[in-house]
Amino acid sequence: MHATTKRSRRSGIRRDETASGWLFAAPMLILLAVFLVVPVLMALWVSFSDWAGRGSPFSGDVHFVGFKNYQALLAGGGLAEQDFGTALRNNAWYVVLVVPLQTAVSLFLAVLVNRAILRGRGVFRTVFYFPSVTSSVAMTVVWLFLFSASGAVNTVLSWVGVNGPNWFNDSTGIFHNLLAAFGVSHGPEFLTGGELLGVSWWGWLSGPSVAMSAFILMAVFTTSGTFMLLFIAALQNLAGDITEAAIMDGANGWQRFWRITIPQLRPTLFTVLTLGLIGCWQVFDQVYAGTEGAPGKTTLTPAYLSYSTAFNNQQWGQGAAIAFILFVIIVVFTVLQRWILRERAVSKRHIRLYQGPRPSEEGANTETLAARRETTIKSREPRP
Amino acid sequence: MQRSIQRWFIGGAAAMAASIALSACGSGYTTSPQKNGTLTSSNTALTVMIGSSGDAETAAVKSAVADWSKASGTGATVVAASNLGQQLSQGFAARKPADVFYLSTDALAGYASNGSLLAYGDQLTNKDDFYPSLVKSFTYSGKFYCAPKDFSTLQLVINTDIWEKAGLSDSDLPTTWAQLASVSKKLTTPEHVGLGISGEYARIGSFMAQAGGSLMNDESTEATADSDANIKALDYVKDLLAAGDLKYAKDLGAGWGGEAFGKGLAAMTIEGNWITGALRADYPNVKYKVAELPAGPAGKGTLQFTNCWGIAADSPNQAAALKLVEQLTSKGEQLAFSKAFGPMPSVKSAAPEWKSANPALVPFLAAADYAKGVPAGKGSADVVTELNSKLETLVTSDPQTILGATQKNLEALAR
Repeated sequence: MHATTKRSRRSGIRRDETASGWLFAAPMLILLAVFLVVPVLMALWVSFSDWAGRGSPFSGDVHFVGFKNYQALLAGGGLAEQDFGTALRNNAWYVVLVVPLQTAVSLFLAVLVNRAILRGRGVFRTVFYFPSVTSSVAMTVVWLFLFSASGAVNTVLSWVGVNGPNWFNDSTGIFHNLLAAFGVSHGPEFLTGGELLGVSWWGWLSGPSVAMSAFILMAVFTTSGTFMLLFIAALQNLAGDITEAAIMDGANGWQRFWRITIPQLRPTLFTVLTLGLIGCWQVFDQVYAGTEGAPGKTTLTPAYLSYSTAFNNQQWGQGAAIAFILFVIIVVFTVLQRWILRERAVSKRHIRLYQGPRPSEEGANTETLAARRETTIKSREPRP
Repeated sequence: MQRSIQRWFIGGAAAMAASIALSACGSGYTTSPQKNGTLTSSNTALTVMIGSSGDAETAAVKSAVADWSKASGTGATVVAASNLGQQLSQGFAARKPADVFYLSTDALAGYASNGSLLAYGDQLTNKDDFYPSLVKSFTYSGKFYCAPKDFSTLQLVINTDIWEKAGLSDSDLPTTWAQLASVSKKLTTPEHVGLGISGEYARIGSFMAQAGGSLMNDESTEATADSDANIKALDYVKDLLAAGDLKYAKDLGAGWGGEAFGKGLAAMTIEGNWITGALRADYPNVKYKVAELPAGPAGKGTLQFTNCWGIAADSPNQAAALKLVEQLTSKGEQLAFSKAFGPMPSVKSAAPEWKSANPALVPFLAAADYAKGVPAGKGSADVVTELNSKLETLVTSDPQTILGATQKNLEALAR
């Protein structure tokens, strides 16, 4: 009995076609191995070696150096650690601001263009999606023009009497600027004294620089369209019956959105957040094409630092090590986010609202519960 | 379960085999063409990779290389790289590098230390004709690596219209720091600032040189960033910034000093001889003159920038490459390059002719006697980038703190 089920699950009636299956899958498997698995393994080796960029990393005069490259980045005390800390700081703020903003904006746009009463929905969908299909380098160039000191953005700001900042040349952090507006221009001793990865706590709290903020706006602008598409697809898949039931129960539009639509979008929300998180930790194009880390290293990101460490400074081991630390960071964040968004059993507190009171609680809470139920019923009655 | 484990083993073995096959397939990986002292020689055609400033430069190099190729019988092609550093690195890693290429001072140490470069300097027949300070810039751990291609120095560029409007004449050209401060003040109006420069070490460093300081000693072996001279220089620049008579180009809404100067946002700027080409192309109506930078407490001083013709250690035809470089750095070719796209010849013998051909630019070449190179040690470019990020906020910072951090970073390199 056991053996039969096992065979039917593993090979089935098409057992003879295993070889053909492998054969048909082979091109993709070989491509994946050659262009993904092998380079990744090579890079992993490089991150533990003293390869200096000449000839094969597997040749005899390349040595295993253990965690030396990682140590220089995480506890070296030198410029490498400081640069890595700065890059992480910049990118962390980028993630913290871009991921929620782009998710919210894309969901908002999706809900807007999904409404049946909207005329010309197709036009809006195309318009919102347009920035996503434009090359990021082209977008960067446009952004550099728009946000130049005397560019379009500052001109528009000047119409409303705002003296715009010198966007891509302003290295000051926006939260520092906010505090400076209240007269706080130097951090308190306990923040400036200690440091992590060569950047003081005060420095970590600076927020993205004004230059980075321009990139944050750009990321929200360009990626919202893509994620809007995902949300539209999900919204169109939602069955109307639950919403109708909610209408019958008297839920208003706002309540229906938060309590009915959003929970049903959870899988899509997970996809969007994960894709956003991964994309945001890998910012490279904008920095490479636009600022190269300037001003004041505030647009430096780990991905760009990895590139410049390897290609410009010939520190290939360190460059590869940055890439793998970045990989670990992304995996940790994704797992963390998966855990936060997991399907939870309905909590006891919530269940109690739907069930009748338990015998043990009956004596103590009868009155309050009865009162609560009464008010609920009252509120559902049509108003005069 | 058993079978799935087996499958994993097979898959793993296949991946291993593929990776071994891959790493073995670059035939160049195992051979090492360079033998001690002697140059490789073969019939292989040469590849010359350049990081070109534009069509004029590419065309000039192409025609010079083609002439040499015709005369010598060795084939040679010129490739204008879109990202020189990246393409060179790829070539070195694959052991199939370009034979001859542009090489900047800050890239020299990295490539020299991993053995990618041929140290051919001492084999040049025209070796003694190069300016000694340029030779020093391309000497790494005691070996003269490559022939300086050309060079540039920083000097003071003055908008003559604004200068005359302010009632100044030639006799007012600043020769001391105090005079520079006073003319900057006179030239500052609501429309333009007296002195507008790019806010980076590659400009502000000239004041350090005038004060007698430098970030590292001439051999790039010892850090000297926190010297009193450097502090004095930064204090002076900070005072000018605080007075509003000196502004950084980015604060004027310009990308670099030349743009601020061309747009009339700055009456004077500190730039190299490349500014002449930029002004001719973008701001042909701006009238200007070039003066030597004022002398500081330690006399005249400025910075120089240079590139060299690198030859790859893995080149199969180094002998021909060396001949090509000798031809390209000869007096005649360098003067032709200068005419085509404006750099200054790196050989002393070309100086008299260059001066008579470019009388207005003589101050740039005159600085060859006292100009200092930028640090060229491995990793020093990073330290300079870090310093630049601090110099952006010089006006609100303490020069001693800035230089102290730079000193610490440079000392870490020397170790």
